[in-house]
Amino acid sequence: MAQLPQKFQDWFEKRGWSPHPHQLALLERSKDQSTLLIAPTGGGKTLSGFLPSLIELSNDPKAGLHTLYISPLKALAADIRRNLATPVEELALPIRVEDRTGDTRQSQRQRQRTDPPHILLTTPESLALLLSYEDSPHIFNGLRRIIVDEIHALHESKRGDQLMLCLSRLATLAPDSTRIGLSATIEDPAAMADFLSPGNTHILNADPGPDPDISILETAERPPWTGMTGAHSAKAVMEKISQAKTTLVFINTRAQAELYFQALWAENTEDLPIGLHHGSLAREVRERVEGAMVAGQLRAIVCTGSLDLGIDWGNVDLVIQVGAPKNVKRLVQRIGRSNHRYNAPSRAILVPANRFELIECRCALEAVQERDLDGEPRGDGPLDVLCQHILLTACAGPFDDSSLFNEIRRAGPYQSLTRQDFDDCLQFCATGGYALQAYDRWQRLLLNADGKWQLRDPRAAKRLRMNIGTIVDVETLAVRLRGRFGTPLGEVEENFAASLSPGDTFLIGGEVVRYEGLRDMVVEVSRSPTKEPKIAVFSGTKLAMSTKLSHRVQRFLSDPTQWKSLPSYSQAWLTMQAKISRLPQIDRLLTETFTRGDRAFLCIYGFAGRNAHQTLGLILTKRMEEAGLEPIGFVTNDYAILIWGLQPVKNVAPLLDPQGLREGLETWLSSNALMKRTFRSAATIAGLIEKNLPGQRKSGRQATFSSDILYDTLRKYDPNHLMLRITRIEAMRGLVDFDRIEDMLTRSQGRIDHVLAPHLTPLAAPLLFEMGKVPVKGRAQERLMAEEARQMMAEAGLT
Amino acid sequence: MTGHSFRLNQENLEALPSGALWWETRQLLCVSDLHLGKSERMARRGGALLPPYETRDTLDRLAGEINNMRPKEVVCLGDNFDDDAAGEALHPQDRDLLTRLMAGRLWIWVAGNHDPGPIDLGGENRAELHLLGLTFRHIAGKVDGFGEITGHYHPKIRISGESRPCFLIDSSRVILPAFGTYTGGLSSHSSDLDDIMGPRALAVLTGNKVLAVPMRPGA
Repeated sequence: MAQLPQKFQDWFEKRGWSPHPHQLALLERSKDQSTLLIAPTGGGKTLSGFLPSLIELSNDPKAGLHTLYISPLKALAADIRRNLATPVEELALPIRVEDRTGDTRQSQRQRQRTDPPHILLTTPESLALLLSYEDSPHIFNGLRRIIVDEIHALHESKRGDQLMLCLSRLATLAPDSTRIGLSATIEDPAAMADFLSPGNTHILNADPGPDPDISILETAERPPWTGMTGAHSAKAVMEKISQAKTTLVFINTRAQAELYFQALWAENTEDLPIGLHHGSLAREVRERVEGAMVAGQLRAIVCTGSLDLGIDWGNVDLVIQVGAPKNVKRLVQRIGRSNHRYNAPSRAILVPANRFELIECRCALEAVQERDLDGEPRGDGPLDVLCQHILLTACAGPFDDSSLFNEIRRAGPYQSLTRQDFDDCLQFCATGGYALQAYDRWQRLLLNADGKWQLRDPRAAKRLRMNIGTIVDVETLAVRLRGRFGTPLGEVEENFAASLSPGDTFLIGGEVVRYEGLRDMVVEVSRSPTKEPKIAVFSGTKLAMSTKLSHRVQRFLSDPTQWKSLPSYSQAWLTMQAKISRLPQIDRLLTETFTRGDRAFLCIYGFAGRNAHQTLGLILTKRMEEAGLEPIGFVTNDYAILIWGLQPVKNVAPLLDPQGLREGLETWLSSNALMKRTFRSAATIAGLIEKNLPGQRKSGRQATFSSDILYDTLRKYDPNHLMLRITRIEAMRGLVDFDRIEDMLTRSQGRIDHVLAPHLTPLAAPLLFEMGKVPVKGRAQERLMAEEARQMMAEAGLT
Repeated sequence: MTGHSFRLNQENLEALPSGALWWETRQLLCVSDLHLGKSERMARRGGALLPPYETRDTLDRLAGEINNMRPKEVVCLGDNFDDDAAGEALHPQDRDLLTRLMAGRLWIWVAGNHDPGPIDLGGENRAELHLLGLTFRHIAGKVDGFGEITGHYHPKIRISGESRPCFLIDSSRVILPAFGTYTGGLSSHSSDLDDIMGPRALAVLTGNKVLAVPMRPGA
């Protein structure tokens, strides 16, 4: 085992610390090319990553960039800078540590390029920007160490793909540099190692620490049959908050966080200081809440994924998850936010929002105890990110296509990239890659006399740099209080804003506001004296339950011996289901038909998650319409899909025939809003659509047009274009989630059980009250619009 | 005909589902904001290389409307080209199609803010145009006793969750939706349009069928 140098040993002792075994193990391996450290939260992970650098630099503090640290959060980079200041000062190390993010001053960023610090703390986007400068070889050629923090979070998104491409670039610029990845607990360490650096990454597992103390909240009132808000639990949760020191209350969506915050306030008889934190709130508002938390002024924060990562708040001693966790790995990471001290158990309480979620929470709790984590396998590196990388490489200077191709294949996510796909991306970057070769004169990249690719117009580099990044937010509009210097409250999605009429009220930042109008792309509101918002929520995507967790739920349901852990009312519910119909089983597909009033219902227990069920609903209703079954609408949740129409479905199996479903998908995809949304995000990343152009927003919206038009145009005139290919691949695993429909069909292998139920069944009943019913589109939509127009004209006396 | 008929300064006009305006008396078809050559202009300026099909798509739809209505006169109400150079750079195939459409009828190019200069494609170039009781210009001006027909703002409106380009019509003026394929829209709730249009203005949605609604619902 490696030893700390005496100086560091003394410093540890002075602070009353002793080094963790994994910190020494990492030191021992400090010459290895690539190491992945997996340690629970609070395990001194970050210091472990920096120890080899600090020791090397204390011996040889020569000028120039030595260590590059990359984290997914700007705030984390700034926090680490402050934390490193302590050892650097107390050990009197001659080391300069600086951060560089989107918030760093222009003058400092400029200086960092000519005179880089020893340790630079940054984000994937800021690194991509640095690498796009012509002087990047000069900045990085002496680089020794690269530390990727919270790599498990980056691994789940395109930011990780982009970062791995950048690391590949760095390996070319600084061949001797080594990599350290720091990860929270994950389900598949080998896949993560392969992502960080294929073939040569050594995995170090730290002691995972004691089991968490985790339970399901008992409430006096039973959870409702349906709904997502969990409002019934507010009183009981308030009691837990008042008994704990500091509590993080995680809620799955922003809208639900707003509603839950209101519900908690109503029960807050002691007037405890409670904050609200989510991604739709204005930055000023979020920073104020974070500041109050750091200062120890808050007893609880109601938050969303916005606080999944980030600064350690050592005083948090309780985590409450309201609503089913949907994903075990994320739940474990959230639980780790409490008792951020090594070797102390974390304390967490799960609060199911409805009866189905009660079962899901029970299964998730067992999965946590068995350390059985889930995760969807990661596909190959996406090509839109690759296009952006090629364009940014061109910004740094002319490149040889074969060298670049080889360099890219050394990045984990792109190790099986084909030359054909690479060439398609290169063509897209150079000419747009259209069947109609329209841009011969205006190519973006040209082959120069040396056979290298370069920008036609070097000034284009500036625009390309402004489009760096892979986070494409839904278009949002700022919300402000009306008045000349209106207070910013947050932001809402453009679609939500467009659905508002003056006088409508909605919730934001915990208060009810009245919509006044839209002025200069800002939603102007006034404070409303009403308590009940007219429109409760602004939209937000809902996470689908993970495949592994849904398999667990299915196994749980099919095995009555496991039900003992449930309250008696839930046991009675499932027993009734077994009597009236059947229980879902993992290797079969349960379907039920029954009539209710003058409607014929079909319920399919797909257990494929909300997104896949939504897709299945749209395809099935289309097929039913063609078959003359006159479907009217459908509704879905994570477990099942319920369709109603005028004609009963007599034979379910042909509707669920895999080949027919795949064909249905083809035709349905063409005009689908999800596809358009997926296209927009891919086209923005690949540089087909520009974001952030200065002045663009101010020039008024008639100047810009919706990317939907580009999608429709491409489909009509160039259906094989690269962007459409990328969109399809993305949609299959993203919002359309057809992969999980395939998984469902593969699992059941045609073993479809059709129960002709005498009436509404116990498991199907909650679906009737589910929000978000989808009317069958087509002629129905035209009819709805005409009806609304008629009413509006009548109201205005204009018939 | 499935258009929305209305009177403007004693003239009978019809807002067509395609976004074009029809004036039966003169057998005149009016379209606004074609923005031909938009993708070419963006590429030339070092911007994104957009799918280069919008000029063909716009002209195809215009040809369809001309075949339906057989107009004697066509007025293009400004921002016909995304800039003056875009007019010069038209793909030969598109130029041919345009020439065929112009043949045998009076064709008037009204200047817009994007294309102030005259275009060498035949037809007449005008800053604005007065015919009987109506004025045709690109951007809405002062109410002057004539019925005014303009474009420029690309108005859109959303009902039942769907946003569509629309005509805005009041007692003294009509603002046309943009006809070009690569054109966005300005919500009819925006303050600019709110200031221009009278209190009882209608919005007429384009699409398969036209659909008239009050421009300011509930007001």
